[in-house]
Amino acid sequence: MRYPTLAAGLLMASAMAAQAQTPVLHVLTYDSFVAEWGPGPQIEAAFEAECGCDLQFAAPGDAAAMLSRLMLEGARTNVDVVVGLDTNLTAQAAPLMAPHGVETALDLPITWEDPLFLPFDWSWFAFVYDTTRTPTPPASFRELIDSDLSVVIQDPRSSTPGLGLLMWVKAAYGDEAAAIWRGLAPRILTVTPGWSEAYGLFLEGEADMVLSYTTSPAYHVIAEGDATKAAARFDEGHYLQVEVASIVGSTDQPDLARQFMAFLASDAAQAILPETNWMYPAVTPEGGLAEGFQGLIRPETSLLFPADEALALRDPALAEWREALAQ
Amino acid sequence: MTRAAPPLLKGAAVLVAAALVLLNLGALAAVAWRAEGGAGWGAADWAALRFTLWQACLSAVFSVALAIPVARALARRRFAGRGALIVLMGTPFILPVLVAVIGLLAVMGRNGLMNDLLALAGLPRLSIYGLQGVVLAHVFFNLPLAVRLLLQGWARIPAEHLRLAAALGFGASARFRHVEGPMLARVVPGALAVVFLICLTSFAVALTLGGGPRATTLELAIYQAFRFDFDLGHAALLAAVQAGIGLAALLLLARLTLPEGRVAGLDRLAPPAPGGLARVLDGAAIGASALFLLVPLGMVLIRGLPWLGDLSAVVWWAALRSVATAALSTALLAVFAGVLTLIALTRRWPEALGMAALTASPLVIGTGLFLIVNPWVDPARLALPVTALVNAAMALPFALRALLPAARRAEADFARLSASLGLSAGAHARLVLWPRLRRPAGFALGLGAALSMGDLGVIVLFAQTGNETLPMQMHRLMGAYRSGESAGAAVLLLALSLGAFVALERMVGGRDAET
Repeated sequence: MRYPTLAAGLLMASAMAAQAQTPVLHVLTYDSFVAEWGPGPQIEAAFEAECGCDLQFAAPGDAAAMLSRLMLEGARTNVDVVVGLDTNLTAQAAPLMAPHGVETALDLPITWEDPLFLPFDWSWFAFVYDTTRTPTPPASFRELIDSDLSVVIQDPRSSTPGLGLLMWVKAAYGDEAAAIWRGLAPRILTVTPGWSEAYGLFLEGEADMVLSYTTSPAYHVIAEGDATKAAARFDEGHYLQVEVASIVGSTDQPDLARQFMAFLASDAAQAILPETNWMYPAVTPEGGLAEGFQGLIRPETSLLFPADEALALRDPALAEWREALAQ
Repeated sequence: MTRAAPPLLKGAAVLVAAALVLLNLGALAAVAWRAEGGAGWGAADWAALRFTLWQACLSAVFSVALAIPVARALARRRFAGRGALIVLMGTPFILPVLVAVIGLLAVMGRNGLMNDLLALAGLPRLSIYGLQGVVLAHVFFNLPLAVRLLLQGWARIPAEHLRLAAALGFGASARFRHVEGPMLARVVPGALAVVFLICLTSFAVALTLGGGPRATTLELAIYQAFRFDFDLGHAALLAAVQAGIGLAALLLLARLTLPEGRVAGLDRLAPPAPGGLARVLDGAAIGASALFLLVPLGMVLIRGLPWLGDLSAVVWWAALRSVATAALSTALLAVFAGVLTLIALTRRWPEALGMAALTASPLVIGTGLFLIVNPWVDPARLALPVTALVNAAMALPFALRALLPAARRAEADFARLSASLGLSAGAHARLVLWPRLRRPAGFALGLGAALSMGDLGVIVLFAQTGNETLPMQMHRLMGAYRSGESAGAAVLLLALSLGAFVALERMVGGRDAET
């Protein structure tokens, strides 16, 4: 094959040219993080201004794709830092990681102590609805079951929010989870491969509610001036998505990687995240949050399985889900 | 009567064959090689296998059955705008899945036009979600392809047969039995197999419209094995089963395919088509299929056009990258398809090899190539060439389906004549084959370019920031709440795919290349 050799030659030439000048920090993340409108470009500019290095993002898809990319590359990976795994995925990644060494007081609704994974933003999973179409949303899974509303959810086998909902029902109902899923089955319009398809169907008016985040309505308020989207508060409490960053043990830039972790927890980075990633910052920046975040619901009960428990629960919970919905 | 292939061609064929085998088997082998431990086959896998087979069979049967009256009507009627209509009706097949599904839902969804009309008439709303939705969407995608393949079958009926049938005063049933039936018996099995194979690896459509885990396909199971379980052994096993089904379908096809007609024709004008009721029915078939295929596209345009001016520079750059990828991919496709078609005139293996790309899981090919390339080169550097290569291999089966029957027909009609005239192999190819192959070749290359433009398969695993293609960028916009801009990008993608298709079909196929 001609192309690989040609490309390999080009690669070597350009890599040598770059190495001679500045150290490079390779950061693996998910694709919406590095999009033009995501936090990536601003984070890159701010960090490069202080580190005298070249920050390079790689984004092979969503968070799960990122994890499988890391596993595929194995020991050969050139990744120094991974940004964007959540607690449903960290247990599998943990053996590859090294301590981050950052000690900062985090503004999370739960206590967090993990030497390997440092939260950088978070939100609660929630069903988002349109206030003009659904004036009185359900206040629990049971009320949703008894309603005539249609919801669209993501497949837990292909998407992290889908996996989050699976854990939410499991955390709230334990052994009754299968019964809840059987009750929900008629309410579920369809199950999509990822968040985008589900949210798209909701915006098109195909479904009354969609599984998303309590912070999703902030996007519509701040970016579109549209206050008709809201998240429904459920009495059972809401499952958390905590997005974390970690240093890959095999990194050849350990100091730079630690510097980046500290930077990620600093005001400079945290102030960028809310209005680019549409999640809560892990450390509230000095300026506080934009007004669009003030009207959001804030659940009193937060649910979250420890990472190893989430991994152990996944397969039985998936089987339960599949059987309940396949009937 | 056949002539031996020149040595240069033989050498090229061996190279092409090696590349295709590496792509299909090498990728699967690389995945299996990296697997740790054995792989089990559970109850959920059986359910996925059943659903996959069932929906692929239904989709193939409906797509081809509905395509028969449409193709016949288009083949024998002449009206203003016929060429443009045929091109436009082909669009769903070249659309990215996500765009097509959105268009389809705007018409058939819960809040779609059709349900609004039903509600106005006091009828209950119909739900698209479930097996019916999966099959409907697959028919939407594949009806255009089936129509095109059948249309080429009609175009290859020697005009003498139609003239003779008209002179003998054949009615519709006699004409079907003696003229159209034998042609369909040759073309339909191939069309069925192609649609079946496309639907075999369906993933996003089946999941989005399927309504839940009942609608789990093997490709989704592979996806899960890769992403969450990181169980490469299981992924390889599922992919092998999927490929096995595809190969079985191809073997069945090879047994069912009849040899090209024993009666020769001489490319003369066809007699006028029958009028009366046949004319009305033809009109209805064309009208209904045009509505079914074009209204959803219209909805995509209506939603996206207002956003076209607001697209940011990154989207335009991504569009440029998509065009470059498609150009490279089309060039590779031309080489692959040209070499295999010429060799296939004397041998059977090139056809089977070319079709085999359809049986492979795109996800496995992507992952396998990643594993092969990764130790040597940073995969991100190869994102565009690898995508172009895989897209060329993926478009090859369609190209061969278009080219091979036409090439065999030309051989059956003219090989003896040109042999008796003592034409060299080069002169035979230039004077006899090319004039009869340029139309299907234009179609094949146009299709390849359009498919490559809309592809979101392999690139995702390889891509790094800075080399996104347009479908990737569109998906990203959608994943960042920006559904408006995403709709604008969809229109851009639609225009580029259709533009590439039309441009290549006209350039290669000649001015009157609408069939």
